[in-house]
Amino acid sequence: MDFVQNFPAISILLCLFAGIISSGLKSKAAKYVNTALIIVVAVLSACTLFYVLNTGEAFVYVMGKFPAPWGNEIRAGVLEAFMALFFCIIMLLSMFGGRKKLVDEVEESKTFLYYVLTNLLLSSLLALVYTNDLFTAYVFVEINTISACGLIMIRQNGRTIEAAARYMIMSLLGSGLLLMGICMLYDLTGHLLMSNIKEQVTIIASSGEYGIPLLVTIALMSVGLAIKSALFPFHAWLPDAYGYSTVSSAAILSSLVSKGYIFLLIKIIYRVIGFDIFGASEIIDVLFIFGLMGMIFGSLSAIKENDVRRMIAFSSVAQIGYIYMGIGMGTQDGMAASVFHILSHAATKSLLFIAAIGLTDVSAGSRKFIDLTGAAYRNKWAGVAFTVGSLSMVGVPLFSGFISKLLFAQAAVQVNGKMLPALIVLGISTILNAIYFMKTVIRIYTPIETDQYSSITFKNMKLYAVTLVCFIVLNVILGVSSQPIVDLIGQGLAMFS
Amino acid sequence: MGANLLANYGEAVAMILFGIGFGNLLLQSNLIKKIIGLNIMDTAIYLFLAEKGYIEGRIAPIVIDGVQSTEAYINPIPSGLVLTGIVVSVSVSALMLSITIRLYRRYHTLDLDEISTRLKKEGL
Repeated sequence: MDFVQNFPAISILLCLFAGIISSGLKSKAAKYVNTALIIVVAVLSACTLFYVLNTGEAFVYVMGKFPAPWGNEIRAGVLEAFMALFFCIIMLLSMFGGRKKLVDEVEESKTFLYYVLTNLLLSSLLALVYTNDLFTAYVFVEINTISACGLIMIRQNGRTIEAAARYMIMSLLGSGLLLMGICMLYDLTGHLLMSNIKEQVTIIASSGEYGIPLLVTIALMSVGLAIKSALFPFHAWLPDAYGYSTVSSAAILSSLVSKGYIFLLIKIIYRVIGFDIFGASEIIDVLFIFGLMGMIFGSLSAIKENDVRRMIAFSSVAQIGYIYMGIGMGTQDGMAASVFHILSHAATKSLLFIAAIGLTDVSAGSRKFIDLTGAAYRNKWAGVAFTVGSLSMVGVPLFSGFISKLLFAQAAVQVNGKMLPALIVLGISTILNAIYFMKTVIRIYTPIETDQYSSITFKNMKLYAVTLVCFIVLNVILGVSSQPIVDLIGQGLAMFS
Repeated sequence: MGANLLANYGEAVAMILFGIGFGNLLLQSNLIKKIIGLNIMDTAIYLFLAEKGYIEGRIAPIVIDGVQSTEAYINPIPSGLVLTGIVVSVSVSALMLSITIRLYRRYHTLDLDEISTRLKKEGL
């Protein structure tokens, strides 16, 4: 066994230990530990990625001394390692971008807890990405939920606590369904390791027995994870949670937490149920339809919204809809488009949240559109970044959003029966996106003659501006050199089965 | 169908309880009732697991009299899963209760809908 094969397990354990250690540190030390941790984990994930690319096949790492089918396993392929690396980059940039706001909005004595929670969140995300065991996945789903709830609540006001309560309630409903699904699947197959379950599920499905229990299981797990990742009818908690928490939390929640659950769902589709069996069940159409509805209703709610951060949050609902539409198409191309959209949305949405906070700060902290008039002149960097994010969300070429829309359209063309609704809704949703994002961009670039607001220059926000530039570069990289990444995703998905 | 239901009455009860708990967690507006619903839901899952994991006439796999045959024992993993699940649900309930305390101190009510309407009035 090569030494690199230890890296996934080491990175999960490092995050857990860093969380424990940070709880005894002062805020400043905890901050350094957190930054160092994310960088180290990113490096470890990059090493794993190169190793897997070189060997050309996924490896399984046995936790403890019990071999399959009894023990617990970690599995790393191209997609897993790439996702871990990408999550680390987004998390690092989100933390940098929201650093200044964190000092303003969170009590000094509680800042270290924020870093404890982020460390735990990273550990749970990594575990969701790497684990090969369904019950471990459930436990880390709960850790993810608890730490995400903490990230919402750490800024203390009535709104965030209410949002946290609503978030917890919806999440618990989701994890209840997921746990029920896992238990029933365990009952059907007698295994907890994904690869063993898949063998048994294939046998059960081909024998034709237990058709209904299998369908119920698939439904429970899909709906559970869909609730947790805020698919359309279950998104009521989302605008408050993203709109009022501190900006790093909003960026991390929208771009990482919900994506972790979606990635777990994709893993379950490929590695537990099997792509063909999942594609043959009716659940896939349900996900497709709710994805389409989310794309439209999320955008409509965003248009009605008068608060810039809540608008961006509602836009997340629409983007989650895109991802589920891709999953619902039931083809490899649709799935690859969904995975690319996970990346593209993560890079864009965190950029938008962090740019929006720069704009509201120079508008006396107001998030109302009317007060944002001319904000882009007062904070030039944030203005440019917000424009880039908006263009990417709308799907203008050169940015990542365009590529994901292109991939979705290409995938839709190949699916009989789903082509027309997918293309029509894609078109409508793009127009709606353009309406609310361009409205905001025009608003912030409308000159206004007033000296009631202060401007901010590069000198006063070096870290913030550099973060924005990094985000823009990331977005353009995803948009311009998309082909290698799409190939990587295809390779990773092929490695899943 | 009927015979199956009778033979698996434990699982059927677990499912009904799961539904009750799920409905309570989703529909009640009182936070404490919601938490009770959560606990009923989780417990129903543990009942389901315990019911599935137990085979009549067998005992827990602890070798005492030198009986080594697998026929004499049950599979310990479902019980292990129940224990893990209990730990998770205890911590989640504690978190929910602490959120409830926070909200009660601020708004002096446990009704989540009323808190929402008050927040809208506050405007923040």
